[in-house]
Amino acid sequence: MTSTTRATNRTDETGTGHDSSVMSDTAGLRGPVVVLAGGLSHERDVSLRSGRRVAEALRSAGVEVQVHDVDADLMAFLRDTRPSVVWPLLHGASGEDGSIRDILELVDLPYVGSGPRESRAVWNKPVAKAALLAAGIDTPAYVTLPQALFRDLGAQAVLDAIVDRLGLPLVVKPVQGGSALGVTRVERAADFPRAMVNCFAYGDTALIERAVDGVELAVSVLDGPDGPRALPAVEIVTDGAYDYDARYNPGPVEYFAPARLAPEQAAHVADVAVRAHRALGLRHLSRTDMILSPEGVASVLEINVAPGMTETSLLPQAIVAAGLDLPHVYRSLVEQAVAAPSA
Amino acid sequence: MTPEHSSGTRLDPWFGAYAERAHGMRASEIRALFAVASRPEVVSLAGGMPFIEGLPLDVIGEAMQRLIRTKGTTALQYGSGQGEESLREKIVDVVALEGVEAHPDDVVVTTGSQQALDLVTRIFVDPGDVVLAEAPSYVGALGVFRSYQADVVHVAMDADGLIPAELDATLTRVKTEGRRVKLLYTIPNYQNPAGVTLSLERRPQVLEICRRHGVLVVEDDPYGLLGFEGDPIPALRSFDDEGVLYLGSFSKTFAPGYRIGFVIAPHAVREKLVLASESAILSPSNASQLAVDTYLETCDWRAQIKAYREMYRERRDALVGALAEHLPSASWNVPAGGFFIWVRLPGGLDAKSMLPRAVTGRVAYVPGTAFYYDGRGADHMRLSFCYPTPERIREGVRRLASVVNAEAELVQLFGTSAQPDDDPTDVENPSPDLA
Repeated sequence: MTSTTRATNRTDETGTGHDSSVMSDTAGLRGPVVVLAGGLSHERDVSLRSGRRVAEALRSAGVEVQVHDVDADLMAFLRDTRPSVVWPLLHGASGEDGSIRDILELVDLPYVGSGPRESRAVWNKPVAKAALLAAGIDTPAYVTLPQALFRDLGAQAVLDAIVDRLGLPLVVKPVQGGSALGVTRVERAADFPRAMVNCFAYGDTALIERAVDGVELAVSVLDGPDGPRALPAVEIVTDGAYDYDARYNPGPVEYFAPARLAPEQAAHVADVAVRAHRALGLRHLSRTDMILSPEGVASVLEINVAPGMTETSLLPQAIVAAGLDLPHVYRSLVEQAVAAPSA
Repeated sequence: MTPEHSSGTRLDPWFGAYAERAHGMRASEIRALFAVASRPEVVSLAGGMPFIEGLPLDVIGEAMQRLIRTKGTTALQYGSGQGEESLREKIVDVVALEGVEAHPDDVVVTTGSQQALDLVTRIFVDPGDVVLAEAPSYVGALGVFRSYQADVVHVAMDADGLIPAELDATLTRVKTEGRRVKLLYTIPNYQNPAGVTLSLERRPQVLEICRRHGVLVVEDDPYGLLGFEGDPIPALRSFDDEGVLYLGSFSKTFAPGYRIGFVIAPHAVREKLVLASESAILSPSNASQLAVDTYLETCDWRAQIKAYREMYRERRDALVGALAEHLPSASWNVPAGGFFIWVRLPGGLDAKSMLPRAVTGRVAYVPGTAFYYDGRGADHMRLSFCYPTPERIREGVRRLASVVNAEAELVQLFGTSAQPDDDPTDVENPSPDLA
């Protein structure tokens, strides 16, 4: 039985749409839940939207919630408010690179999500890819290069070497960051230099990987009493790139949740996502983006410790596809954080 | 693949039902970047917000209290579609400063001049009609024209504004192509974004050309009283009562929060504008109209405009000085008024693709492509000097210079150049503080 089908079966057994497997026994919240949203990263807008959605859902589950930006008032606010749990819904730098989580540990506040060290590893895509490979999980062939190297060795010579080695098409992306910002798919060598310029506008180091064709999937993982388990995979079908516009505007993308997979394929991608979650030591929730090739190989593109929670985001779709109740699941994650505050 | 999942979800059950004109109304990467620009850590040279802190808020506050005490039942009630008569009378006095002779009956009060622009486009432009606009032109106007499915054709400017020969040639060419030109949209004073002013000499020439080609002129004049040198230049409307629709606003000379603008139009056009406005909003806010009316009646608004002029001149000088010191490789104009400087970047830099680096560097601007309908403008950026203090402006340009230098190194390294924007719609519906 696959992780995906287990999730569905459990829901069926309760008959309530609520999944007891993600509920914690500890339901006492002694203070408000503080949702951190905003920040100064390029993904501020997405973070604000995620924060609003999660706050609404938690409130509908009877949880007192306060939303706060990451700014000069935050430390005093946390000191005065003494939240029962903090949920860092910050995308991009500081939110996903572990630093805010370091601060939360410093002030001894429980929080939803993975610890700082694990977040830092996932935030850095090549570090995460190396960990995946070490765990026997497939990920597209890649090279990671800083801007300075192109300057030292000559840009064209390096670009030619990459094309010779990895072939075309390629995907160029900043080593850090999400929401497909700065990501370009390169079909022709002539377009490679511009893709590099676009990427380096977001950061000083680029990850260049071989483009893999197949079914685009996002598999979310939630921790439960029996360990991590995968939610139904969400399949993404788009005419063009799954870029920022496609991600945050309803309409251009057709989602299939659960994905149109044969049972053995669903089992395979669920297993890959859970193994990735475990291999990187993640906690509470994660989302693994992957391509399932026609040959049936799931190749992991990246992993998110603070996946989007907006109206169009993939993890909420997966929760609904599992027959679960969003507010209930979010509350259970908060309660898990209270019950086991140390990452 | 399992057979029961033959169709997915697009997360919007009405996706297929939207009008074509709504297709550009969407979130975009560039709009997301601007979300960061509103944070105080970022020096925003992007927004067109007037410096409201310069207003005597205590005096205005007392006037507003008195207004509600004495005229509260009127202020909080529906009003007329055309607008409050007492305000229209005062608007006539205000526009007289730019040589416009109008009767209060000629005035239609609108919710900002943006609504005036919408109403004018609504009553004149059919899908496929051509609207002429300066190259570059106000991003919010381009968005309105696109939403009515107009085709915008740009007309070149130089340091003296629209080039009459170019206007004539463009009109002839477009008509020869069998297309119908309905409007010339122009911002003759301290143009947004280019900062240039249509010279006095050219004003009658532009009107003559439009009259000859049967094209109505839409004169958008939010900055006309915000010149830094000498008296205002007579408005186009002062030369022609019938061929010009004059759009004015209190957003830059008083406060945008009231959302009070107006259009001065010939009688027949005015009637249609009133009907169109009533169908859109019933009536402009009475509370806002009476607030502006009270301000014009009880406060020394001429002195306030003078204070604004001096403040904005100081800020312009700060921006020009900082550009000269920190970005000598760029080129720019020195506007004689208004809010904006139009900067050309050196050596193939693309302002839109550089924006993420700028946001990382805690400085923001609007990429030039926002101000063209056809994807041009990649090598330009609009810098505004209206809101940040001179000190912040200088800091912002220091940051911008660092961003430009880093981007220049990158562009040189990879040998790329500024490219036409393949999606010029993504900043066409700017958040209000960017307009």
